Amino acid sequence: MVSQKEFTDAAFNQLLGEGKLMASRCKKCGALHLPPKPICVNCQEGDMEWTILKGKGKLAAFTTIAVGLPRMIQEGYGRDNPYCSGIVELEEGPRISARILDVDARNPQKLKVGMPLVVDFLERGEGENKRTLLAFKPV
Amino acid sequence: MYVKKRRLGRGVAIVGAGVSKFGSFSDKTSRDLFIEAFNELKQSVDRGIDPKDIEALYLGNHIGEYCEGQSLMAPIIAGYLGMIPKPATRVENACVSSGVALREGIIAIASGLYDIVLVGGVEKMTTLSTEGVTDALGSALDALYETPAGFTFPGIYAAMATTYMDKYGAKEEHFMKVAIKNHNNGALNPKAQFNTTIKDIMNGRIAKAKQKGQPIPTWVDEMEFLKDPKANPVVAWPMKLFDCSPITDGASCLLLVAEEVAKSFTDTPVYVIGTGQGSDYPLYEREDMTTILAAKFAAQEAYAMAGVKPEDIQIAEVHDCFTIAELVGIEDIGFFSPGGAIKAIEEGLTARDGAKPINTSGGLKSKGHPVGATGTAQAAEIWLQMRGQAGARQVPDKDISLALTHNVGGSGPTCAIHIYERR
Ligand SMILES: [Zn+2]
Repeated sequence: MVSQKEFTDAAFNQLLGEGKLMASRCKKCGALHLPPKPICVNCQEGDMEWTILKGKGKLAAFTTIAVGLPRMIQEGYGRDNPYCSGIVELEEGPRISARILDVDARNPQKLKVGMPLVVDFLERGEGENKRTLLAFKPV
Repeated sequence: MYVKKRRLGRGVAIVGAGVSKFGSFSDKTSRDLFIEAFNELKQSVDRGIDPKDIEALYLGNHIGEYCEGQSLMAPIIAGYLGMIPKPATRVENACVSSGVALREGIIAIASGLYDIVLVGGVEKMTTLSTEGVTDALGSALDALYETPAGFTFPGIYAAMATTYMDKYGAKEEHFMKVAIKNHNNGALNPKAQFNTTIKDIMNGRIAKAKQKGQPIPTWVDEMEFLKDPKANPVVAWPMKLFDCSPITDGASCLLLVAEEVAKSFTDTPVYVIGTGQGSDYPLYEREDMTTILAAKFAAQEAYAMAGVKPEDIQIAEVHDCFTIAELVGIEDIGFFSPGGAIKAIEEGLTARDGAKPINTSGGLKSKGHPVGATGTAQAAEIWLQMRGQAGARQVPDKDISLALTHNVGGSGPTCAIHIYERR
């Protein structure tokens, strides 16, 4: 048993804070759910277990954002300093949205769908507001 | 994908339509905008409508809380129309709010509950800054797993664009061609927010530079203009300013009636013969990120109900909130094969004088996108085209008897499709 936690967003985030990217797996049909879901969307059964993912994958879709969310503007991003957001396809199959770090967001033409990535964990906020965000970076 | 063939309990027709001017109006609220659309609707009913006969209102509104601090918009609008105490319901389904309001009105009439229903939508967006609108529309994404990754609404469509480019070889130029086409149509639509071609915008900037004695830009055509990052900056690559629909104030509405009473309002009703609605996961969970399952499902449901095929449809209004969305949209409704939209835009097939005219209104790109009002505004364009009342932008050489609207919400988790017939 990898974790006894319930299959909630809170648990997913707590596990991210521990440096673990974890999905829920349906014990009946084997379908993987990332982020974790308590009910299998494939067979609609509710008997799930936690499974840890290796954190390796490839870039499936991306963008470099010049007009960002207020939170990202506070982090110093903007029209002259875009950031990269992407969708990563994990080796195990599921895809997830994540910040894409350590890439040249000013030259998006150089980024390629399919480029190999590895998981990273981004700490934001202090004290009670502390939160770990999912990120990926080039291998 | 199996889609059940459904049918309406009885037929439904549009007998009137109204659209406010779309744009940025600092002195107008949602109420003023909706009344402007409603006044036009009253004028459009050939044999007139006594507002007292309207039995219910379904009103699309997406971000009233953010823009005007106003939720529960429907009874407020009903109060301004003299409809109290009749039922008024707000439909919030992001950019497909009024597309679903239309569907709810159809269902209410088809069920036999009402004979005469007002459906419409309104959005007053320019009270917010660009950043404020980005934040408000971003609330239609997956707040737990998309926004923490930094995604904005343009950003999600931009991500879709990168997969579409990777899979089908689309180039940034193809997106630009969608914008040029839709502005060419919007230039002929007096209600459009950007009632001008991109070429005229370009020429305007050149003239302004000359007048001010500034260095004169050297763009030779609108494509060069769009490739200049100073003229067309990136919002979320590969989506640039001219790939994005604008921030718009506007309202639109339709008068729906039971088929059996339609002819007492007009000799030329527009019958709604197909309605479909679908849902999909957030982008990251979709099996194929170059298509929107909600739209494909809704389209199949609407086609099955109407008993027609994509090749039978003569024109369509397609949800071009971003230029990539129009390319994906015309594939999802079956007009073109997957990836086939690239050739279609290259060859001008979707131009107003092409084989399959798309967005004769100017689309969301040029006409404007007051999100809650967009769905019924699309239907209002079809109403005009089918009755030969679209003026300078009337589709040439076609008598329009079958048409379709494709209205998508958020990044594609929701979609409503309607098929219209003029008999
Ligand atoms: Zn299962």
